[in-house]
Amino acid sequence: MKQATTLLAKEKGKAFILAGGTDLLVRLRTGFIEPDLVVDIKRIGATRAIAGVGGGFRIGAAVTGAELGEHVKLVKAWPGVVEAANLIGSKQVQGRCTMTGNLCNASPAADSVPALVAAAAKVVIAGPKGKRTIPVEQVPTAPGKTSLKKGEIIESILLPKRPPRSGDAYLRFIPRTEMDIAVVGVGVSVTLDPKGVVTDARVALGAVAPTVLLVPEAAKALIGTKMDKSALDKLAAACSAACRPIDDKRGTRDFRIKVAGVLARRAAQIARKRAGGK
Amino acid sequence: MPLDSTQPSKRDFSVVGTRPLRPDGIDKVTGRAKFGADATAPGMLVGRILRSPHAHARIKKIDTRKAEKLPGVKAIVTREDFPDHTNGDALLYDVLYNIMAREKALYEGHAVAAVAAVDARTAREALKLIKIDYEVLPHVTDVDEAMKPGAPILHSTIFTDGVEPKPKKPSNIVRRYEFGHGDVAAGFKQADIVVERTFKTEATHQGYIEPHACLANAGPDGQAELWVCTQGHFMVRDTCARLLGMDISKLRVTASEIGGGFGGKTTVFIEPVALALSRKANRPVKVVMSRDEVFKASGPTSSTSIDVKIGVKKDGRIVAADATLRYQGGAFAGSPVEFGAMTAFACYDLENVRAVGYDVVTNRPKQAAYRAPGAPMSAFAVESVIEELAGKLGMTPIDFRIKNAAREGTHSSYGPTYGPVGLLATLEKAKQHPHFKAPLGPNQGRGMACGFWFNFGGQTCVSLNVNNDGTVALSVGTPDIGGSRASMCLMAAEELGIPYDKVRAIVADTSSLGYNDVTDGSRVTFSTGMATIHAARAAIKKLCARAAQIWGIPEEAVTWEKGYAKPAGPNAGNFPPLSIAEIAAQAGATGGPIAGHHEYSADGAGVSFATHIVDAEVDPETGATKIVRYTVLQDAGKAVHPSYVEGQFQGGAVQGIGWALNEEYIYGKDGRLQNAGFLDYRIPVCSDLPMIDTVILEIPNPGHPYGVRGVGETSIVPPLAAIANSVSAAAGVRMTSLPMSPPRILAALERQAMKRAAE
Amino acid sequence: MSAIHVTTKINGDVVEYVCEADETLLDVLRNRLGLTGAKEGCSTGDCGACSVTIDGRLTCSCLVLGAEADGCEVGTIEGMADGEELHPLQRKFLEHAALQCGICTPGILVAAKALLDKNPKPTETEVRFGLAGNLCRCTGYDKIVRAVMDAAQEMRRA
Repeated sequence: MKQATTLLAKEKGKAFILAGGTDLLVRLRTGFIEPDLVVDIKRIGATRAIAGVGGGFRIGAAVTGAELGEHVKLVKAWPGVVEAANLIGSKQVQGRCTMTGNLCNASPAADSVPALVAAAAKVVIAGPKGKRTIPVEQVPTAPGKTSLKKGEIIESILLPKRPPRSGDAYLRFIPRTEMDIAVVGVGVSVTLDPKGVVTDARVALGAVAPTVLLVPEAAKALIGTKMDKSALDKLAAACSAACRPIDDKRGTRDFRIKVAGVLARRAAQIARKRAGGK
Repeated sequence: MPLDSTQPSKRDFSVVGTRPLRPDGIDKVTGRAKFGADATAPGMLVGRILRSPHAHARIKKIDTRKAEKLPGVKAIVTREDFPDHTNGDALLYDVLYNIMAREKALYEGHAVAAVAAVDARTAREALKLIKIDYEVLPHVTDVDEAMKPGAPILHSTIFTDGVEPKPKKPSNIVRRYEFGHGDVAAGFKQADIVVERTFKTEATHQGYIEPHACLANAGPDGQAELWVCTQGHFMVRDTCARLLGMDISKLRVTASEIGGGFGGKTTVFIEPVALALSRKANRPVKVVMSRDEVFKASGPTSSTSIDVKIGVKKDGRIVAADATLRYQGGAFAGSPVEFGAMTAFACYDLENVRAVGYDVVTNRPKQAAYRAPGAPMSAFAVESVIEELAGKLGMTPIDFRIKNAAREGTHSSYGPTYGPVGLLATLEKAKQHPHFKAPLGPNQGRGMACGFWFNFGGQTCVSLNVNNDGTVALSVGTPDIGGSRASMCLMAAEELGIPYDKVRAIVADTSSLGYNDVTDGSRVTFSTGMATIHAARAAIKKLCARAAQIWGIPEEAVTWEKGYAKPAGPNAGNFPPLSIAEIAAQAGATGGPIAGHHEYSADGAGVSFATHIVDAEVDPETGATKIVRYTVLQDAGKAVHPSYVEGQFQGGAVQGIGWALNEEYIYGKDGRLQNAGFLDYRIPVCSDLPMIDTVILEIPNPGHPYGVRGVGETSIVPPLAAIANSVSAAAGVRMTSLPMSPPRILAALERQAMKRAAE
Repeated sequence: MSAIHVTTKINGDVVEYVCEADETLLDVLRNRLGLTGAKEGCSTGDCGACSVTIDGRLTCSCLVLGAEADGCEVGTIEGMADGEELHPLQRKFLEHAALQCGICTPGILVAAKALLDKNPKPTETEVRFGLAGNLCRCTGYDKIVRAVMDAAQEMRRA
């Protein structure tokens, strides 16, 4: 890893990191980028492992979507994160793509990012000056831009320990059933008390603003409730209100605002069920 | 006129109608089949095309000097390398202009220069070094905008044809068409109920998975060869030869296996460019389009804007039908609006009918044929109004259609009087189908629609050679796009009375056969099939003559039965039957090789009709649509290979599902295509779909010895309307714009809710 | 960037090649090794026509660099039949007429085999989602789904 960060730091031209390559190769092929250096991090041991750490998980930067889906403990603890990662592209793409790549592309529509933000995930960044850890939501700064500095590589993603009675879910809207980019994405993570009252919640939205949005008002709508109709209505309204979307080839502004609320409501109910809520 | 007088309906078939394995099957499941891009040649160069980034721009200057100096660049061609050999043929001039821009670039993606280099990287670099001085002009991509006075004009040479008096000012309206009969205005006066609506459809692409590809090899002696994926290699040969000023005899074209076409490979794009590059470099040049180029620079179909007005009496009889259709066909004349207007009301028996069509040019790629060109859009508009009228009359949509359906003897809306046709049969079968009675779930709706297509005949030439062991080599000139070689083998085997696997069919190159029209218009099983039958009959005649010679009896005294020559009767003599193998074995001694040929312009292609039934489910909160059940009922005349007939029904239906729900060309304000890739041009994926049930009806076409009708295109005519009708039923709001994408459905639902709240 | 020497295994055979650093595995297979069974339909990972397996995992060869295959085992359509014995999927595709033009067929067969290797008894829905990364424009997928289900059944009996 040290070697990799040094190479990247020294390169004077355009340098890119290759993990799964499912986005990088498309950009290469279309002539969108013309790199002087490509560093393949797949062969760095630490990037390929999913490890249990302090009751949570450390997911290496080059772990593929397919590998996430095959990790029984991870799926059990963070089903929403895994289902989000498994929605990226086709089965073919799943064999290569990584959550870290999804994050570093800094697309507002990246599927795994709202789920990671809802999960309060952090990233470990290796760089010429050592390592640092920051929350996932601080990585993308604008479409296609991240807060990573020259020579820095995201080494792994950290998912925290799950309190009992917790659940998460991710839903996205696409026009087809597969192979599309999210028009709207919603990640929800909740923790319940033994009576089924929400004690903690995080809600994140994708594809409705220049970066993925963490929506504290939406979480507030759920906390202290049993997710009755009025709480879900408030959640939907908070999500719709937080959207700052654009009209584009994938959907209209109005559509995104409306559907963000609809999906938030649906995702919250799935998360609640996964947390053991009745 | 029927070429054959036998009664097709009474025939018992031995192999036609069975489902044998296709002869090209093993190659296609093992990766060995050679498609367009799979060809290579020693010393081959890579050809790449530079394309206009502007929707409309005058090309003031092209400077290739820097690119020429790049090591590894072997040839560069621009408009200067394509002098006009078209001799006033306006349609051919459009093709010339389309393959390489001349004074103006007329759409984003229009070819402006091309390079042949030693490798892809060098070719790419060279393209960047070509300097083009553009004067960007105002552009127009929408059909209705392009028709308005004051719209940017593409061609100063277009003065609308078909209107009196002929306009003195140029416009984007190429031509006005009108079809129909009776008195429409008088008809509407009798009507108790009239429904009038305006519809819009977006442009869609054929979406074949194989991009255009060819390998050209031209030399300084003026001779050339071309290996290409195309629906018609004779068309490619003749067009390229004429564009490049070559003798047709000096260009030999071989059709590769073809990875889908659906009409999109019935013209030339890269082929003349590859030949010009090869000629200039004096080396083989391969040109393969990228997917992005396929979307931007090959031919999608038209986007349209259509008004339909239909009036009925209370008893459900249609008294008048009127439509105005506006189709943009991209930067050149030739949108399929003529077919759209002809087919619009072809399903109905009408006294007063009119369809007016306008062919319009815009700054988009030149349209190419797409499966039943022009018909799905007009069927969408008409069948939507039909469904709505049925509702207003309180009739079931199927009974309303049965009451007004075209039948034998109907004076069709486009002119001819129908012979035996299958529309009523598909409707009556549909009415009995379990799908029609099945219960619907929540948020689900059912819709149906009918569709019509002419089917084509065309020039065809087939050669059938009997080998020395009695097996048969069949050469056809129509590229096999969906299993036609299997159907040809079946028909040859049927006629000769030999097993299917004793016949092998190939698609021969352009030097081996006379001219064949392209594989289009659902014509191959009909035309090439009929030519194959006649070629087999010619061979049988010769086989009988050889048997007669062997037996020493007159030719007329020999008949052919199930693969054997037999004396015609007891008077002819008592000889044991001679098999085709036995006769063939003696061919050398009895007069040489035995072959049958047939060449003709096929006539008598029977029209075909289909009825589709669709159940759709609409999520009222998101506008997402799911097709939950789909049934196709279509008249095939006679299904030669039923599996491939079903495949045509299913494929057409699913292309229709894509068109109806998600597929569209999306243009930005800059006139550039925003979704030139399979990620955002959303053709249906496997998980989007239900099984597609099929019912094959066989109402024999009197114009074919076995009763065959073309089947490939009719199946895409009803889906747009059938799906629109089912979605409208499920959502509770009439959808009049395609695609019915989720944002459009949700917006329609909201408009409806607001309207209801206001009432 | 300079050329890279790669040693890999393709359909069980050791293969060595030299490729450019930015050259895709698809280009290597087709242009350098003559394995043209993998098709280029889009080069953006959206059509699946170039599907291969790398170390047993299904992937689009247009999304992998030739250099990345070093030390890996690559499986392509050319390695699917066992000598003259077709794989049951290949046979069922022919029997069910699950191809029309055939351009998507190699990729779909590779994807279907990867699906059945993992899930020998897929439901129709699982087959449909398992093949969602492979576009077919001719068939409407109906006969493809039937062929895969039928092959799965036959393979379970064997």
